[in-house]
Amino acid sequence: MLRKPLGAGLALTLALLAGTSAIAQQRVLTFNTDTSDPAPKAAFEALIADFEAEYPDIDVQVNLFDHEGYKTAIRNFLTADSPDLANWYAGNRMKPFVDAGQFMDVSDVWADNNLNDQLASAESSMTIDGKQWGVPYTYYQWGMYYNKTLYEQVGAKVPETYDEFVENCKLFKDAGIDCLTTGTSAMWPAAGIFDYFNLRTNGYDFHMALTAGEVEWTDPRVRETFAQWNRLVEPGYITANAAAIDWQDAAALLSQGKAANYIMGNFAVATFKDGGMTDDTLGFFPFPTINPDVARAEDAPTDTVHIPAGAKNPEDAKTFLAFLARPDVQTKLNTALGQLPVNNQSTVDEADPFLSQGFTMLSEASGLAQFFDRDAPAEMAASGMEGFQEFMAYPGNLDDILGRLESDRQRIYK
Amino acid sequence: MTALPDAHGPKRSWWKSNQQALTPWLFLAPGIFMFAVYVIWPIYASFQFSFYDWDGLSPKKWVGWGNYQELWGDRNFIISLKNNIIWLVLYMLAVPAGLGIAIFLNQTVAGIRIYKSLFFFPFVISQVVVGLMFAWFYAPNFGLFFKLTEWLFGTGTAVLANPEYATYGIIVAGLWPQIAYCMILYLTGLNNVAPDQIEAARLDGAKGLKMLWYVVLPQLRPATFIAVVVTVIGALRSFDLVSIMTNGGPFGQTRVLSFYMYEKALSEYGYRMGYGAAIAVVLFLIMMVFIAGFVWKMVRDERGH
Repeated sequence: MLRKPLGAGLALTLALLAGTSAIAQQRVLTFNTDTSDPAPKAAFEALIADFEAEYPDIDVQVNLFDHEGYKTAIRNFLTADSPDLANWYAGNRMKPFVDAGQFMDVSDVWADNNLNDQLASAESSMTIDGKQWGVPYTYYQWGMYYNKTLYEQVGAKVPETYDEFVENCKLFKDAGIDCLTTGTSAMWPAAGIFDYFNLRTNGYDFHMALTAGEVEWTDPRVRETFAQWNRLVEPGYITANAAAIDWQDAAALLSQGKAANYIMGNFAVATFKDGGMTDDTLGFFPFPTINPDVARAEDAPTDTVHIPAGAKNPEDAKTFLAFLARPDVQTKLNTALGQLPVNNQSTVDEADPFLSQGFTMLSEASGLAQFFDRDAPAEMAASGMEGFQEFMAYPGNLDDILGRLESDRQRIYK
Repeated sequence: MTALPDAHGPKRSWWKSNQQALTPWLFLAPGIFMFAVYVIWPIYASFQFSFYDWDGLSPKKWVGWGNYQELWGDRNFIISLKNNIIWLVLYMLAVPAGLGIAIFLNQTVAGIRIYKSLFFFPFVISQVVVGLMFAWFYAPNFGLFFKLTEWLFGTGTAVLANPEYATYGIIVAGLWPQIAYCMILYLTGLNNVAPDQIEAARLDGAKGLKMLWYVVLPQLRPATFIAVVVTVIGALRSFDLVSIMTNGGPFGQTRVLSFYMYEKALSEYGYRMGYGAAIAVVLFLIMMVFIAGFVWKMVRDERGH
């Protein structure tokens, strides 16, 4: 059953409950979720229908929130009126709630269902203080999306190494095409670029240490990351005025053939295809190698479901989490979402080149980062992304930017 | 023989004897209640929160003046404060511009009502829509303004991507509806200008700017007062345009205090309630300077100059 958190919806639900006495005897499981976009909404409706079919004595009541509004709402409902289940994100994003005792420890669900094996790739991002605090059900890869037609036009080959990528950029520049496009008006696209430059230059462990505040931002290794990045910034290979462009408008530049590459998450494929691209013109490759001594790690933000500490029906909520973690359930859910299942025994749609490429890439990765704004604490993420945005416009300000980030680091991770 | 009740005797009920004094308070009570709950108490609470370190979830931690000390060293706070001052100064242009348009429109021509409503139109549409329209106007690659500068100078100027121009770009967007607002205030004011005084001034040979300055403007003083008040308040609470057009960017250069407060306290990357409250207190004190000035002037005027 689906209802909006509105008075009218509530009244309607009550009317329905009164009308069918059978439902009244069911145990109720309330689920607050932000899956308000059309595809996720349909995917979750199907998921819940399957769950209710398997557990007919449990009635799942969904409170659907707007995707952006949810980020604020969760703070209110966790403290005021807890549901039994709530959507959230892995990594540092869930840390404030875990630290404040708002999420329930679900390590027993993991242990009882052999999830430490099946969800191995996401275990570290779900673990705080040696315990697991939720169940991941989907993730998606980040990487380089490119316009195949433009590659043919200028005679460029898909690069393996960053040096090759930079050489390609020269070809694109001469043809009057932006080699790399991005739209950072919402800031987070800049973080994806930084993540990859840092992961490829210094590796996963360093990246994690940096986002955890253990490394100085003025460290020479961080400077090396920006020096590599600058090989694209200084010659003007990146779309100008990116700071005032929405990511969707930058996606349009790629589909219109004005830009060749775009570092993005897999959710952007739908946007590229809306812009007229097909599997024949849109391509994907993992971010090229910068330092060959560094093992490849990728960005793969993970979406999760948690049980709030104030849940009224935690037993059935745990049943739901175990159900959600199952390989067959994750396969079906992610086919509908157009994303990747976390369970390593699930399968992906082979016909979708982006999903199958992403699945291979992530299963071969040496580590999975959650994305800068989920790995770093919120405040550090905000000032970091602002710095990356500024760097792409004014690379000469780098010393100033790093100095600021370092002083923020010392304040934020006290 | 029973004693007649004496209407003017000491037995008058308490209600009757205090009716005159109590009635105004009774009528005011709902208003006072709402004002206390929704204005006074939140102000008090903001002051209180500003001395704590609090993320909205965990227990509050007392930090004394810590948040305010941090504000002084906070580069973003200084930028916001500076932008607020730019807003205040440039927003004042709405008052003379509104007056100019009002005088221009204050004539009897066929269809003048249509022209007036067209000029008033930008004030009717939501600030969010104004922001979106101007954001597209300035947008790199496809915006009208970008194309125009590209055609004129060879390279297009993306106003909102340029840290030096972005704030001015937003203020221009804000001035558009604000000028319309001031214009309406002056148009109603002009209706009340005494025609006999204009006539008398004309007989004495006044015209043009002299007429405006010495005869018309003094009669428009109430309208000017209101126009200045709404413009100052509009400049200080310039949140929606910043949020819609740049989200504080590029790299935080268009932040204003109200936006920075929201960012720190309530946005996705914020949840420092205490710090946000400290910014709110500073903004409140700045507003208080103006509000106190206005109230003082109003009280003085009411008492008969």
